[in-house]
Amino acid sequence: MFSGLGFSAAAGEILAITGPNGVGKTSLLRTIAGLVRAAAGSIEMDGGDPELTVPEQCHYLGHQDALKPSLSVRENLGFWADFLGGGGMAAEAALDAVGLIGLADLPTAYLSAGQKRRLSIARLLAAKRPVWLLDEPTSALDVAAQARLVELLRGHLRAGGIVLAATHGPLGLDARELRLGRAA
Amino acid sequence: MTTLGALLLRDVRLSVRIGGGALMGVLFFLIVVTLVPLAAGPDLALLARIGPAILWLGALLASLLTLDRLLAADHDDGSLDLVLMGRAPLELAVATKALAHWLTTGLPLVIAAPVLGLFLNLSPTAIGAVMLTLLVGTPALTATGLIGAALAVALRRGGLLLPVLVLPLTVPVLVFGVASANAAVVGPVPFGTPFTILCAVTLVSLVVGPFAAAAALRHGME
Repeated sequence: MFSGLGFSAAAGEILAITGPNGVGKTSLLRTIAGLVRAAAGSIEMDGGDPELTVPEQCHYLGHQDALKPSLSVRENLGFWADFLGGGGMAAEAALDAVGLIGLADLPTAYLSAGQKRRLSIARLLAAKRPVWLLDEPTSALDVAAQARLVELLRGHLRAGGIVLAATHGPLGLDARELRLGRAA
Repeated sequence: MTTLGALLLRDVRLSVRIGGGALMGVLFFLIVVTLVPLAAGPDLALLARIGPAILWLGALLASLLTLDRLLAADHDDGSLDLVLMGRAPLELAVATKALAHWLTTGLPLVIAAPVLGLFLNLSPTAIGAVMLTLLVGTPALTATGLIGAALAVALRRGGLLLPVLVLPLTVPVLVFGVASANAAVVGPVPFGTPFTILCAVTLVSLVVGPFAAAAALRHGME
């Protein structure tokens, strides 16, 4: 997929991965998340939990929201918080942070695309993991929700987290850019 | 709540909610078993003789019916990616999913079997034998089906592939399940002989199934 790629991100840093469609932004994030095996090279983490692998310390927000339509908003979030290790915000606080607290008992099937996206962002808050891998995090979000996401990202960075975001538009944050391109 | 407990609870919840598969297997089982006496005619002796086989066949087909969504549904909505990134070993995570599948589709078949056994003119002994063999044998059906479900996700081919892959693996379960139920009723082999082999088949599939399924899923990531 790609070669000759090397980069590092420090605690509290956000890296915006940009580049044309099909250049491998999603594949890069999935490789870091351990969902695609790298043919060569390595991914290392300094100062993480030595008991855990890198993917076990990452949150991956992919194109799909990983929500079950027949479960309620609260049940979906509660499940992922428990499964991914918890230790983050309480479910109520995470739902409040993404503005879904009023819909907590509604089946997820009734949510709009943007609301589902916000619910899957709440997952990042409810289970504490230091590295966030975000694939097009702003897709389907309205302006207010995008601003809210920027605030959440700021909070995560202030706490010493790392964010890698594949994106086309500007994130509204002071992000270092990692531009993927085709070899000339 | 523990990681695996949360997964078990979620999968059980999903299958008993609207759109879940919990009742589908039992309904299919009911349809097969009620239609057989209508097709075979009112020969009570014949029904009693083929009854255990019909119940086993119905149970096997009913559990195949619900297997294809076992992992494919999670793959389609992106949940499987997060399960792979979870802190629980993948083998245990898929075993937990299989347990939830058995609790919601296998166990109801075992519970429904005595009622349906009456439709087939089975004696109380035969009903007891069929129930016991189903209780022991249906976990093997789920565990072998788990391998097929994982391969269908890994190879990105659903539908027909799964039964074709799984059916040969379920043949020993069917053969020894029916053999032990028959042995209990008509003999001449003692019940223990085929039943012990059925137990062995189940134990082997419970061990092999989760490991093979996890290996298939890991391989499929590439």
